[in-house]
Amino acid sequence: MSTREIRNLILSALAFGVVALLPFYDTGYILSIATTMAMFTVLATSWALFSGPTHYISLATAAFFGLGTFVTGYGFQTMPYWSLPLIAAVLGAGLAGLVGMVTLRLSGVYFVIFTLGLAELVRQLVTWVQNRTGQRGMYVLTSITESHIYWQLLGLAALVFLVGWLIGRSRLGFALRIIGNDETVAKHSGINTALAKVLLFMVSGAAAAAVGAMLAPRYIYIEPSTAFASILSFQVVIMALLGGTGRLWGPLAGVIPFTLLWEFISRHAPNQTLLLLGLAFLLIVYVLPGGMVGLQARLKRRFGQGGH
Amino acid sequence: MFFILITGLLLGGTYALIAMGLNLQYGVSRIMNLANGEMLVAGGFAAFWVYTAGQVSPIAALLVVAPVAFVVNWLIYRIMLRPLVKRAKSRGALEVDSILATFGLSFAMVGIMSWLFGGGYFNYSYLAQRVDIFGSSYGQNRVVAFAIASLIAAGLWLWLSYTRAGLRMRAVAVSPDSARLVGIDVPAVSALAFGLGGAVTATGGALISMFFTLDASVGVLFTMKALIIVIMGGVGDIRGTIVAALILGIAETFVARVIDPGLTLAAAYVLFLGVLLFRPQGLFGKKPT
Repeated sequence: MSTREIRNLILSALAFGVVALLPFYDTGYILSIATTMAMFTVLATSWALFSGPTHYISLATAAFFGLGTFVTGYGFQTMPYWSLPLIAAVLGAGLAGLVGMVTLRLSGVYFVIFTLGLAELVRQLVTWVQNRTGQRGMYVLTSITESHIYWQLLGLAALVFLVGWLIGRSRLGFALRIIGNDETVAKHSGINTALAKVLLFMVSGAAAAAVGAMLAPRYIYIEPSTAFASILSFQVVIMALLGGTGRLWGPLAGVIPFTLLWEFISRHAPNQTLLLLGLAFLLIVYVLPGGMVGLQARLKRRFGQGGH
Repeated sequence: MFFILITGLLLGGTYALIAMGLNLQYGVSRIMNLANGEMLVAGGFAAFWVYTAGQVSPIAALLVVAPVAFVVNWLIYRIMLRPLVKRAKSRGALEVDSILATFGLSFAMVGIMSWLFGGGYFNYSYLAQRVDIFGSSYGQNRVVAFAIASLIAAGLWLWLSYTRAGLRMRAVAVSPDSARLVGIDVPAVSALAFGLGGAVTATGGALISMFFTLDASVGVLFTMKALIIVIMGGVGDIRGTIVAALILGIAETFVARVIDPGLTLAAAYVLFLGVLLFRPQGLFGKKPT
């Protein structure tokens, strides 16, 4: 570990410590926005862990997330609360593994299409099972407060950053970067490309499912159509790409402005959120191809090393 | 059983038309157009609008819907997508770019359409009488939609197979680089194919609106189905597209009638899974060497 890495590690730990103090300052509106940001930070960062290096666009986030909320919904009365995110993570990794094994041997288009409908598919299946068993939505009434959820998400965010940092240093991370640059080269240098992609997709699926499990108490009432709302997947893609996937901190730089903008638009013009989503996609493709990370790199190049 | 088969075929005929539109856009212009379903809904909205406002039959409306959709899609290709094709370093990079750009387009269209027409469902009653085929009765509008869809699909197939312009299009579909070498204006043909694909899809939407309740956000479901059909039939393969669409129509009708109407996407996914696992090159495709 170089001194620079140690310095970054200490700075990140300090930043997390400061952010964790927020609930002592405010437990109202600001905390609720911060919780949403923490949620999207985990989702977008774990999304970028997989999609950044491989360029496979995953739209499965909502499926994993919904799975997680249902784990909490079914389990919170019978199981210890701390075990629910873990169970959700295992199930999320399992689902990701299955989807990955089917689609990740093939080109990226198949993967996008398969994940595009995945949340809707799981929603239809869950609704069908619920109809057969005569069950509707369910109430998740716990003593968990917004502050607890916020701290849990922060902890998970720290874990995701740590895992991302470790993967970046590992052989797996190196293999993924080669796959992203040229999959044929990667295959010829003896990398098991399918395995590497499936493993990383499982990491991202596990994180999203754990987020869902942690957030379930916030919703109080859970039903398939809200738990598996596919718009979540698109929000995550936009935030991650807006920030940029080239660096670990990239998605965070997209999460903060986009959450604020989303909050503003849904308060003042709730019918225009989809239009905003569409325009954001176009902005990313035509104006900010590398996201904020790419913008920073371009500015750096233009103004020399000083422009950090 | 027979009833399910016929209902499925009638539905599949319209699906075939929609998927052919997508296949032209993906197969020839190399654009994975995820706003395809929204183009369909827009076509349906147009038919709904002229029928309720002007009492014009949706079939006559096709004469307006198709050319307008062609021009709109042609412009979309020239203005939005051509720059992406130019800057793309590889086919993979173009796919990522076009997927994101057309997602943007699709959300913007859903936003605009729900702003114009509201978020509610819309349908209208046109040719709602029954018609008897082999002892069971079917909605007349479904039969008419199927007949028109088949006519258009057959015309398209003949045009692609037996005219010089169709030949140019197939040449670009096989290899844009080689097509350029034999003097084909690839950008022009790509724009034409994209416009044509959009017109075909919007036509399919106008036909579907005759018997199907649409709303502003339902487009993505049709995009999913069209994508599954195109992959199942093989990219650029018209015959495969038609067969795959009929299979999907029948499978969906079967699941909706026998198991649960809420599981139609699951039926499509089962087919999709089978294709991914056993024939990723499409029903009639050859294994890549």
